[in-house]
Amino acid sequence: MALVRSLRGIGSRVINAVWRIGYASRFFLMTLYYSGLSFRRFRLTVREIFFSGVMSLIIIIVAGMFVGMVLGLQGYETLKRYGSESALGSLVALSLVRELGPVLAALLFASRAGSAMTAEIGLMKATEQISAMEMMAVNPIARVVAPRFWAGVISMPLLAAMFSAMGVFGGYVVGVVLIGVDEGSFWSQMQGAVDFRHDVMNGVIKSVVFGVAVTVISLFEGYDAPPTAEGVSGATTRTVVESSLAILMLDFMLTAFMFGE
Amino acid sequence: MSSEALVEISNVNFAYDSRAILKGINMSFPKGKLIAIMGLSGCGKTTLLRHIGGVLKPTKGYVKVDGQVIHDLDQEGLYKMRRKMGMLFQFGALFTDMTVFDNVAFQMREHTDLPEEIIHDLVMMKLHAVGLYGTQDLFPAELSGGMARRVALARTIALDPMLIMYDEPFAGLDPISLTVVGELIRRLNDALGATSIVVTHDVQESLKIVDYVYFISNGAIIAEGSADDIRNSDEAFVRQFVHGEMDGPIPFHYPGGNFSKDLGVRV
Amino acid sequence: MERSTLDLWVGIFVVAGIAALVVLAFKVGNLSTYNVSDSYSLQANFSNIGGLKAQASIKSAGVLVGRVTGISLDTKQYEAKVMMSIDSRYQFPKDTIGKILTSGLLGEQYIGLDPGGDTVMLKSGDEIKQTQSAVVLEDMIGKFLYNKAETGK
Repeated sequence: MALVRSLRGIGSRVINAVWRIGYASRFFLMTLYYSGLSFRRFRLTVREIFFSGVMSLIIIIVAGMFVGMVLGLQGYETLKRYGSESALGSLVALSLVRELGPVLAALLFASRAGSAMTAEIGLMKATEQISAMEMMAVNPIARVVAPRFWAGVISMPLLAAMFSAMGVFGGYVVGVVLIGVDEGSFWSQMQGAVDFRHDVMNGVIKSVVFGVAVTVISLFEGYDAPPTAEGVSGATTRTVVESSLAILMLDFMLTAFMFGE
Repeated sequence: MSSEALVEISNVNFAYDSRAILKGINMSFPKGKLIAIMGLSGCGKTTLLRHIGGVLKPTKGYVKVDGQVIHDLDQEGLYKMRRKMGMLFQFGALFTDMTVFDNVAFQMREHTDLPEEIIHDLVMMKLHAVGLYGTQDLFPAELSGGMARRVALARTIALDPMLIMYDEPFAGLDPISLTVVGELIRRLNDALGATSIVVTHDVQESLKIVDYVYFISNGAIIAEGSADDIRNSDEAFVRQFVHGEMDGPIPFHYPGGNFSKDLGVRV
Repeated sequence: MERSTLDLWVGIFVVAGIAALVVLAFKVGNLSTYNVSDSYSLQANFSNIGGLKAQASIKSAGVLVGRVTGISLDTKQYEAKVMMSIDSRYQFPKDTIGKILTSGLLGEQYIGLDPGGDTVMLKSGDEIKQTQSAVVLEDMIGKFLYNKAETGK
């Protein structure tokens, strides 16, 4: 009957998903194994840092600023009710450094750089460039995949830090300059509330973890994409969706681990 | 000229998903010769090339290249073997994010420690050999189909391989480029003393340049011989193929039932 | 893109990223006042620590001098044993009093150190003998009601 058929459908989808996760993990391990070239010939990695990191700068800086500004506005409205406007600095800084910086920067990175990586590798595969490399006895994982992986892992924490910094600046512009919260208490309360080890470092660790996850997903989907137009476009969509879900899930797990009691 | 075989294909069978693609293939490619493998699309010619390149493993039989069973080699041995081989992919497969120069220099930079000045000279020589000296700073997207094919050819012979494989080198080219590519394949083969295997279904161009031809249909060899043997063959399929006839052993109509019966019309 | 321009941009990117991290660490966070290097440990027993948590600040005259590193229950006397890490730059006399205070009305609790007049200083591992526990709301209400009951007589 229809029920059995839909159950079987769900079953096969689940098995397929698990199989893909296994395949992706093996891909990840191979990328790590063949990473030597990315460092011996650091130019390759540098080139990829340009295409994923530098090209994402504008969107990260602009988004960071706007998020900080919104935090300043919304935070002020709420804190005003409890007479705690002076805590605005702490609110903005902690929200950004602990959560919004790493998470939003990772989501933006996945949409911009991640999908670009997927499309690039998918297309290289479709036009037989990967096979050509194999036939020329050059390992495509070492030459094409690994440098992009390390570029993503290096760029991610830097982008998250810039996002948070721009956000704090945005919060400052709205809170202190536009609304008139006391500048001194804005910065001093913030300094008192934000602990380097507990907040800033944890935020950095989060962004590194997100960097690994997003980059692996992007590279894997590109490498595994069917060599057709629909195949590559489906792969880029999957990259953005899967990366976003992975970021949010990992964020929960890391937050519970780091900031839980 | 030694007629010792560089590539030996012995009783190779290959099935994919229980569908037999190659059935008992026996072929021999003597050193220094230019051999064509012809047949319809999907008959297994590209699969054969992949076997020779060590990408696929036969389910039965073996493939020997330069005396070694290529599908038994480990990763390192396989890569060492591939450095002596060159493959021209259909439509070129140039690296689109690099210039023509970087494409041709690719293998030199990856596999040798040659200094940049020497690489520069070698790249220029290869480009000159295919008639494209001066295009080194262009990107593949800026090249015409014929030019891209020739750059890919220059890249294929960058390290002077002993075995050169061509996957449909004549696909989609204008008549002038067809002759140019055909001539280059022949000249480079002789100049380098290499062995060339050309997979194609362009009869006219290939018969002009080859030493020997293998005809494949449905995964088995149905005819072989020199260019003249093929032109004068009595085998029905070969005749249909060489003369481009519409109907013959390969029927015009897809076997899909009775059309007139469907329409209810008496023919 | 020319090789050198690409390198330049990547360099700028990395420098900007590290600068952002530095700004976050020092201007936004408290790295400059947070002395990671030299510290020594002290301990103190309190009959009630209230809401004091690990990582809470230890201040003297309002200046941050250390952090609470551990809290446990001393089962011999059923008192709270608090382990502290104090910045080596600051030495305290043996008769220093340790009090649990609240920052602001509803703020988090911290330990305040009031130095005494003793010339001998506390060494690493020493115990602060005089302590004042946290103010517990229920006890305060109880005391208030008791006082009220007394004066009302």
